[in-house]
Amino acid sequence: MSGRRRTLVVAGNGMVGHRLLETLVERGATAEWDIVTFCEEPRVAYDRVALSSLFAGASPEDLELVRPGFFEQVGLSVHVGDAVTTLDRERGCVVSQRGVRVDYDAVVLATGSVPFVPPVPGRDARGCFVYRTVDDLEAIRDFATATGCRVGAVVGGGLLGLEAANALKSLGLETHVVEFAPRLMPAQIDDRGSAALRSRVEELGVVVHTGTATSEIVRGSDGRVKGMRFTAASPQGAAPEDLSVDLVVFSAGIRPRDDLARSAGLAMGERGGVVVDEACRTSDPAVYAIGECALAVGRLWGLVAPGYQMAAVVADRILGGDRSFTGSDLSTKLKLMGVDVASFGDAFGTTPGAEAITFDDPVTKVYKRVVVGPAPAAADGRTSGRTSGRTSGTTSVRPVLGGILVGDATMYDTLVQMSRGAMPTPERLELLIFPARTTGEGAGAGLGVGALAGNALICSCNTVTKEQICAAVADGCTDVAGVKACTRAGTGCGGCIPLVSGLVRHELLAAGVEVRNDLCEHFAFSRQELFDIVRAQRIGSFSELLSAHGRGRGCEICKPAVASMLATLGDAYILDGEQASLQDTNDHFLANLQRDGTYSVVPRVPGGEITPDQLIAIGHVAKDFGLYTKITGGQRIDLFGARVDQLPHIWQRLVDAGMESGHAYGKALRTVKSCVGRNWCRFGVQDSTALAIDLELRYRGLRSPHKVKAAVSGCSRECAEAQSKDFGVIATEQGWNLYVCGNGGLKPQHGVLLASDIDRETVIRYLDRFLMFYIRTADRLERTATWLNKLDGGLDYLRRVVVDDCLGLCAEFEVDMARHVAGYRCEWKATIEDPERMARFRTFVNSDRTDDNVVFVTERGQPRPAYAHEKPDPALLALGGTP
Amino acid sequence: MTITETHALAPTWVDVCPFDWLISGRGVCALVGGRQVAVFRVDDELFALSNFDPFSQSFVLSRGIAGSRGDRLKVASPIFKQSFDLHTGACLDDATVSVATYAARVSDGQVQVACP
Ligand SMILES: Cc1cc2nc3c(=O)[nH]c(=O)nc-3n(C[C@H](O)[C@H](O)[C@H](O)COP(=O)(O)OP(=O)(O)OC[C@H]3O[C@@H](n4cnc5c(N)ncnc54)[C@H](O)[C@@H]3O)c2cc1C
Ligand code: SF4
Repeated sequence: MSGRRRTLVVAGNGMVGHRLLETLVERGATAEWDIVTFCEEPRVAYDRVALSSLFAGASPEDLELVRPGFFEQVGLSVHVGDAVTTLDRERGCVVSQRGVRVDYDAVVLATGSVPFVPPVPGRDARGCFVYRTVDDLEAIRDFATATGCRVGAVVGGGLLGLEAANALKSLGLETHVVEFAPRLMPAQIDDRGSAALRSRVEELGVVVHTGTATSEIVRGSDGRVKGMRFTAASPQGAAPEDLSVDLVVFSAGIRPRDDLARSAGLAMGERGGVVVDEACRTSDPAVYAIGECALAVGRLWGLVAPGYQMAAVVADRILGGDRSFTGSDLSTKLKLMGVDVASFGDAFGTTPGAEAITFDDPVTKVYKRVVVGPAPAAADGRTSGRTSGRTSGTTSVRPVLGGILVGDATMYDTLVQMSRGAMPTPERLELLIFPARTTGEGAGAGLGVGALAGNALICSCNTVTKEQICAAVADGCTDVAGVKACTRAGTGCGGCIPLVSGLVRHELLAAGVEVRNDLCEHFAFSRQELFDIVRAQRIGSFSELLSAHGRGRGCEICKPAVASMLATLGDAYILDGEQASLQDTNDHFLANLQRDGTYSVVPRVPGGEITPDQLIAIGHVAKDFGLYTKITGGQRIDLFGARVDQLPHIWQRLVDAGMESGHAYGKALRTVKSCVGRNWCRFGVQDSTALAIDLELRYRGLRSPHKVKAAVSGCSRECAEAQSKDFGVIATEQGWNLYVCGNGGLKPQHGVLLASDIDRETVIRYLDRFLMFYIRTADRLERTATWLNKLDGGLDYLRRVVVDDCLGLCAEFEVDMARHVAGYRCEWKATIEDPERMARFRTFVNSDRTDDNVVFVTERGQPRPAYAHEKPDPALLALGGTP
Repeated sequence: MTITETHALAPTWVDVCPFDWLISGRGVCALVGGRQVAVFRVDDELFALSNFDPFSQSFVLSRGIAGSRGDRLKVASPIFKQSFDLHTGACLDDATVSVATYAARVSDGQVQVACP
């Protein structure tokens, strides 16, 4: 091979294009190739599959797929916001929109798709959108909020249409879905499944119009969408009435982005798409196409998993290998508006001889259909010679071919494995629909992970089989995180994670590894056991505990965990003596570490009540120190971008203005949010703000296994969202209702009612007990919701402990809490009052210089940390900073 | 930048802070010849390594918690928690990654780091 470096151009930095880059880099292609990527969108690759999470609180940064520093690597470059406009095959070069010309040795087209917008009149009115990119979603949100939209409609009732409808709902719009076909998701599910889905979707308040063709978007005199006109999709149907709408999202399917290939004269499919062979090569051997723009094995593949497989094939071919793309599995399982929907294999039963077993419950709106094939004829000669009157044990088993699940997809993984032949099908076919819960006939017949064949595909996004996962466990992975890191399983859509976790546990057990709940390698005890030891033996320091009950030198897991126990049980300043060495950096610096190494500062605002003077003081502090400010979900103000050496000065100013630490940095009580309650609100029945302030001041600084959030509402309208908190109190005419163990975050869960119509003192008594019981018995980083889910006996048991004192521990709980309340001190104040403690807050111990690797840029009038590409070369930085 | 001295025979030792000032298990950050160096004390041993965390691309290792894994002493990055061997700078969670280490000593009660 000649020593000349070759050039690969990649058009498109979407999900598939980026996977290709990652694979090429991993396999060392940059030793020989310069890889130039053109990325049409104004941002590099992001997780399009998770796009809708932008409407559930995620930010575009959360979706980023590109590791920091990725494009800074040698051999890689990217043109962001620039598209390839010409592919000149004769000259062997591409030219971009901005006029960049690159001579290539090979090109990969990874240009994805565009949403199809049906040619109805008025479709270009202001207020018409598509749903494909971050920009699209931001435009929808901005338009809806800026113009005060009330009603929105989605054209198209497929998978993406329903996601878009959910987004409109979350913007608070009255939402309509208009589908041409007689049912929702016509491509994936059948009539009855669709009916179940429809009634669930309608329960959520979405209006569904099926069998309806959009004939016109009506435009107002201001150019904005005003309404929609329809015709019946079939001649028999009655003409549907017009609809007044303010916003329309088109989601009527996608079309491959094949314009570039078309104008370059490459072979195209009849209905679009760049034709490729099994090497993903187009009609020009120097040009490949992958992902949604490619027509491979005679069809388009509108999912990310087949695209990733194509990326792997092309990476291999470019490096001289011979991998092929021969098709992929289109099974899908999703949660649409909270409803499980799955479709896999021959879902409609088109295979000759196929029959379906169905379950259709109109009450719970669960629908399941499993398609089975005919029994293999006389496979082992036994079918012809029945030996008894019963068929059981004599007929061959019928194979699962496919199916549809709506409302309950718990059987999905098992059924898909059966349809792939990787798991035996039970003889009693009803077990496919009602899995046996206990042991018994058929129960063991292959419903657990153990029954999966070795080559069973577990992660279809990354093509990882059971064998590979088992091998990873045998090589020493003991948890899902480890398996993810070494096999990539579960890093795509994440749908296979439960299966991966089941497999890991199964393999560990099979290997005789006891699955223990040890805190870490230094202590052979769970957090609860350690807490009991610390408390019972009055242990006062980490080193005492380590020498008596542990081994080694401790680590970042056990040190902060033990520090938290010592803080709960003792009343010393958390940075005194040895305690200082145990704290996470957040607790060590009493502020929250951000990704660039700076900190954020949150003063306490009890109950969310704040005076104008305090607001002004916060504003002055932010201005004087150049901090970014943001209102948090817990009704307070977060100040970002402070350097270590600035922290005490910031606190001094806040303390002078009568504020104190908000403990946002600790695993501790965060906030008790409240509504204004009776003092102002015409519906309020109690003073919710006063109670919230009292509770926040009582439990402030209380260290716990994880953060604790709380709220108080002044009436049953629940404006403070108390039922989504670790504890929540809601006013009633007679007193207060107390809810516990609610959770927002990753896995939202409503709180459960612990006691109703109790008075203020009882609220506090129960809360003292509840919190101490949780702190003593939960695992490290376990929120109250998860803790309750695992608690033997559940809510009933919790009530007996907290209300009926069945363990006889309540007196102890109350004493522990009283000690906490009496011992509370503001940690900021304690720090700034002590010169020796102040001396720890320096960027460099031996210099007064500040860290000039912390770089801010201005965005929307405020500072934010610079991203890697906005900073000097990180390789230079790694050398040590200042040039 | 002006180059004053190109090949000193012995390293230059740069003062960091008094040894007593260090807390066992915690680090501090020192500027040594323009480089950010994380200095740790574990019981009576001293360690110095780069303050740069390659995973988060920020200068934070001095703010991690020191401890052990098996019989190796290590520090965990405070951002994404990868651990680095205090003796060698090797990342214990990703064999392809490591950070620079520096010589450190105590002289007259002062911690010093060699300026390379
Ligand atoms: C809301 C939503 C939900 C989804 N949910 C799922 C799901 O649950 N499961 C699933 O499997 N799939 C899902 N998908 C589909 C999935 O996102 C796609 O299959 C996947 O993104 C395809 O990757 P790609 O790289 O081929 O295309 P894309 O990710 O679209 O990337 C193509 C990129 O190329 C750029 N480009 C185009 N032409 C040029 C040019 N000439 N020069 C430079 N750049 C160019 C485009 O701007 C785009 O950024 C979903 C899609 C959406 C929109
Ligand atoms: S919860 Fe009740 S009292 Fe509080 S603001 Fe809402 S309506 Fe008013």
